Amino acid sequence: MKDVFITANSIISPLGFTSEANLAKISKEHSGIILHSDFSTSPCYASIINNKKLDQSFSTLGNSKMYTKLEKMMILSLQDTISQSTFTISDKTALIIATTKGNIDALNNNFKPERAYLPVLGKKIQEFFGFKTEPIIISNACVSGILAIAVAKRFIQNNYYDNAFVVGGDIVSEFTLSGFQSFQAISDKPCKPFSKHRTGISIGEAAASVAITNKNTEKEAIQIIGDGSCNDANHISGPSRTGEGLYLSILSALKEAKIQPETIDYISAHGTATAFNDEMEAIAFNRAKLEHVPLNSLKGYYGHTLGASGLLEAIVGIHSIKNNLLYSSLGFDELGVSIPLNIIKNTIKAEVNTFLKTASGFGGCNTAVLFKKMTL
Amino acid sequence: MKTNLNIITFCRIKNHSISINGKEVIQKDSQLTFSEFAKLVYKEKAFAYPKFFKMDNLSKLGFLASEFLFEKADLDAHIKENIGIVLSNKSASLDTDRKYQETINDKANYFPSPAVFVYTLANIMIGEISIKHQIKGENAFFVSDKFNELLLEQYTVSLIQNKKSSHVLCGWIDVDKDKYDAFMYLVAKEGTQNYSKEIIKNIYTTN
Repeated sequence: MKDVFITANSIISPLGFTSEANLAKISKEHSGIILHSDFSTSPCYASIINNKKLDQSFSTLGNSKMYTKLEKMMILSLQDTISQSTFTISDKTALIIATTKGNIDALNNNFKPERAYLPVLGKKIQEFFGFKTEPIIISNACVSGILAIAVAKRFIQNNYYDNAFVVGGDIVSEFTLSGFQSFQAISDKPCKPFSKHRTGISIGEAAASVAITNKNTEKEAIQIIGDGSCNDANHISGPSRTGEGLYLSILSALKEAKIQPETIDYISAHGTATAFNDEMEAIAFNRAKLEHVPLNSLKGYYGHTLGASGLLEAIVGIHSIKNNLLYSSLGFDELGVSIPLNIIKNTIKAEVNTFLKTASGFGGCNTAVLFKKMTL
Repeated sequence: MKTNLNIITFCRIKNHSISINGKEVIQKDSQLTFSEFAKLVYKEKAFAYPKFFKMDNLSKLGFLASEFLFEKADLDAHIKENIGIVLSNKSASLDTDRKYQETINDKANYFPSPAVFVYTLANIMIGEISIKHQIKGENAFFVSDKFNELLLEQYTVSLIQNKKSSHVLCGWIDVDKDKYDAFMYLVAKEGTQNYSKEIIKNIYTTN
């Protein structure tokens, strides 16, 4: 099978409109989560992109009024990634889009309700950049973003495409906010993943994108060496008590990469900061013999960015490899899960060669992807 | 390194009718709504799975198709456990999204329900099928403008080539207002009916 590499990347979030700007904020432990009082429900903590700043950046690319917020975020991110990429769009280039809810706000705003259909969103992005192939849209709850990387890898390995641009994004809408509130899952403070004092999630919005290719021309490259996406077969809205699907996903990724758990230098966990999710992850990582591996959740910086989260957090992991830094798990203080985990309390220098990114979501879905530094 | 794959079984649900491998097994009155139709089918088959009544219409449709398909395919539990599930549609969960949106539109009559919200993700249907049949294999939900035989073939072949799955449950399960359309099929190396994107597209359009 062909080797597959991740090259260019870009993050659009409240922390900045490039990956570098985001990483600079993370290294200073700045969070995008602040108290927002303009929701029609009640004030709550969330990580939200400033509309004026977004429109200002977008104005160099197109007419802000013609595109939804999510489309602008995704287009800005892709534009940045495409401009950095070593390859150009050909008829063997896939466009892969990951989102949970897409333009769900079109059900209740000035855009036509048809805009809420994901293929309509796909077409907007495809036409903007002139992609020659039909967009591949993945909507698989909160694993969408990281699953999109696995899908791109599999398609390239099997020669269906030479390369791909992958973009993931979701917005903070009244739709998702009220839904998580109805589950009583929203924290009354900025979220505190894996902490004893955690009280739930904070939601956030972001778009993230990467270029994936079978040709590496860089001296130091990031290879995607294994993946797995297994179901808990347990509950549609609650994480498995045994971490079954996540454990199986990690095993599947390890088996494909032909590596042992001790080879992993860092885990970028899902860590939503709900009581059940974080406990489930602790169980799965222990079952996979990964409890000693330095681990963080980036939800303390971004909140839970839903379909973007896995992709966004994988990009931060890639920068951990490049910068030889393990970033602190913001919001963590005392361990709040029943079995050991090695949570990164302070940002530290460390050589990272191999890392694991995981995510889990409603519907019992889980995804694990392994990334490795390759030096030519 | 082309792998030859076969279609083990296929199920079609549309126009108040259910067929397995091209043979109609259920036909109901065309005046029924989808949920009335689904309830009648459930009773007739005596499924004894009360969770069915909590599901939204999309999950009900996917659930019914998978029940008929697995009944016919009759796979061993160890094979079933690792089946990959790759489903797709056009509307994602919009049919339920609209119902949920109605519960939050009016601030004087605001009643968001977690029981409805959880179904505002199309892959919940994969979760429901996985729970019923104890399937812990690969999952993916794709959205496209119409039945995309190329995408489903490429992903199915990738899962089997990469040794992630031996059997893949594929399908197009769409519910949008009063329209519904289900086509589900099981692909593996075993079997006698050749699988290709052309063959599957032909089955979809002629059944």
